[in-house]
Amino acid sequence: MSGETLFGLCGAALVGVGLFGVICQPGALRKLIAFNLLGSGVFLLFGVIAKRGGGALAAAGQGADGDPVPQALVITGLVVAFAATAIAIALLRRLAGLNDQGRSEGEPPPASRSRSDGGP
Amino acid sequence: MEASAIPTAWLAGLSAPGGVLLVVPLILPVVGLLLGLLLGGRRLGPFVFVLLSAGLAAAVVVAAAVVTGGEPMLYQLGGWSPPLGVALKADGLSVVLLLTSAVVTLGVAVYAQRDFRPPGARETRGSLAFWMLLLGVWAGLNTVALGQDLFTLFVALELLTFSAVPLVSLDGRAETLAAALRYLLFALLGSVLYLLGAVLLYGAYGTLDIGLLAVQIAAAHALPPSVLAAAALMTVGLMAKTALVPLHLWLPPAHAGAPPAASAILSALVVKGSFFLLLRIWFDLIPGLLDLPAAQALGVLGAAAILLGNLMALQQARLKLLVAYSTVAQIGYLFLIFPLAGTTSGPTWALSAGTLQVVSHALAKGSLFLAAGLIAKALGHDRIRDLAGVGRVLPITLLASGVAGLSLVGIQPSGGYLVKAALQGAAEAGGTWWWGLVLDAGGLLTAAYLLWFIGHALSGHGPHPATAKAPGRAQELVALALALGSLLLGLLPAQVFELISVGRVPPPEPIATAWAGAFHWGSLAAGLLPLLVVAVLVLAFGPWGGRRRPGPLGWPAVGAAGLGSAVGWLDARLRCWPVAGFSLLALVLTLGVGFAFGARACVT
Repeated sequence: MSGETLFGLCGAALVGVGLFGVICQPGALRKLIAFNLLGSGVFLLFGVIAKRGGGALAAAGQGADGDPVPQALVITGLVVAFAATAIAIALLRRLAGLNDQGRSEGEPPPASRSRSDGGP
Repeated sequence: MEASAIPTAWLAGLSAPGGVLLVVPLILPVVGLLLGLLLGGRRLGPFVFVLLSAGLAAAVVVAAAVVTGGEPMLYQLGGWSPPLGVALKADGLSVVLLLTSAVVTLGVAVYAQRDFRPPGARETRGSLAFWMLLLGVWAGLNTVALGQDLFTLFVALELLTFSAVPLVSLDGRAETLAAALRYLLFALLGSVLYLLGAVLLYGAYGTLDIGLLAVQIAAAHALPPSVLAAAALMTVGLMAKTALVPLHLWLPPAHAGAPPAASAILSALVVKGSFFLLLRIWFDLIPGLLDLPAAQALGVLGAAAILLGNLMALQQARLKLLVAYSTVAQIGYLFLIFPLAGTTSGPTWALSAGTLQVVSHALAKGSLFLAAGLIAKALGHDRIRDLAGVGRVLPITLLASGVAGLSLVGIQPSGGYLVKAALQGAAEAGGTWWWGLVLDAGGLLTAAYLLWFIGHALSGHGPHPATAKAPGRAQELVALALALGSLLLGLLPAQVFELISVGRVPPPEPIATAWAGAFHWGSLAAGLLPLLVVAVLVLAFGPWGGRRRPGPLGWPAVGAAGLGSAVGWLDARLRCWPVAGFSLLALVLTLGVGFAFGARACVT
């Protein structure tokens, strides 16, 4: 089994596990972690495509050993996924804070707040 | 475009800088975002207003250049040409989205000056967040309009989503935070599917530029499996972001819970960004998909959205939820164009109708959400049954709701009517009359819930809301202006709509032929007669009949209640997270298999 096939299968497995987690896990934090697995799987597939050389360089007839464009795109994608995770964590923390507050005071969380910390 | 010589020369002079002009709509919001941190929330509001006015001017100049040139404007960033570089392109569709987003965002910015910069109040972080997120949404939409590279478009969509999600939870209440989180997670699922599709296309062709990809895909004898899989993944991913039934679980709580200015932006513009990308994929990237039978599936989902969304809107107790479900229904109209746009099966008006629906719904729904916000602010609640007397306090707001409603129902001469006329025409020409039936049913249901709301607001029963807070005059006028815009869209000369077809190969048939004879008294009467019946029915169920009366007894009421609870049960099931997730996967599989069988049948 060649390296590309192995990595491709790993990517597919990550996508599968990620999809299962996002759809079936009950908690938002678990869904978020599963989303990160799913994203990693897609990025890994992108890397495999770069390794196979099925990209711009191969199209130009230059070498089949590594295409830099997918690497650049994967890095951008990682930044986007990181930003998404950060926003979701911020929302989750804020939500958890409100729930804790409501529980300790024995009353529902305050109806409105003027400040909105915790946003990105 | 019969313009006299002098304006033509002037416009040609404006377009002299060429493609560099396209960078302006991308730079303006980013300038605002960078300076926003220095200026702070209080001073950012007026500054955003200035930026948006400049952005509207830039959009008008780009539109003029595209129209006078008769061909798309191209700009290659840094002088690098695709496949290595990234190109910007403004064709007719881009111009329409640029103009619409500039106009609606400007309207919302005028409205929000009062909400997010209360005179004398202390600076809040909420106002800074709102203005910066508004700029983020605007930047995302402009990039979606101009981007020509599938990965650039992915980043633009993410920018749009990441700006839209915090807008939902600006007030920081627990339920809006939960709605925002649900929106974010489901949108992320959609964007991963889109990215996976883009990866497959890159693997097959080694480029992500739409123009280059379209040439290579069109050159193939048959659509290869990787393209079909990519198309299924990207289509379903974008459908999740557009909230097409059955993937609409996030929309009602998110749009109904946000502050009014944010709701207007979310409902009018944000869902259109991902739909616009769908148009790019189906009409520019892989036009062969339109001839496959699987395109009917999108129409079926659209029809389901129209029926489910309207029936759910009809039984909402809160005004903002009613308007949010109305958005679910109106998104359905956007997807009816796919089965009607086949290049071989009928006239090619459907794309123009879809674009027009984007504009008309953006204006009407923006206005309706702003009006709903004004009503909720004046009364302190938005329960429809307790709206009695609002007509006296907020006459202009109510007029705006009514005018926007005319466009949503599709009465002459509104933009909504033109959309329906074009879709009906395409359905009849293609021999698929059942789509017309869905359009009619949708219009009547829309009329029913709007009359229900306006009837309650106009009724004089109940306490006179003397304690109501007076709204800003400018806020009411903005809502009215947006509504009038969507109403008067139909009165624009038909040539204006040919703007949409600039840069399309082959050029579609002129949409004006679809509307020849669309405006006459006979069709107005034919449209109004069923509405009168609906109005009588709504009256029978009674905003004027005293409060809390369950309506006329007997089998119609029992039947209506039964249907209502059945639809409510279905909607609640569909909006469960696991159900929506599995629907997403099932849709990917169905579309993929459908594409594959259709493509094989085309070849043999």
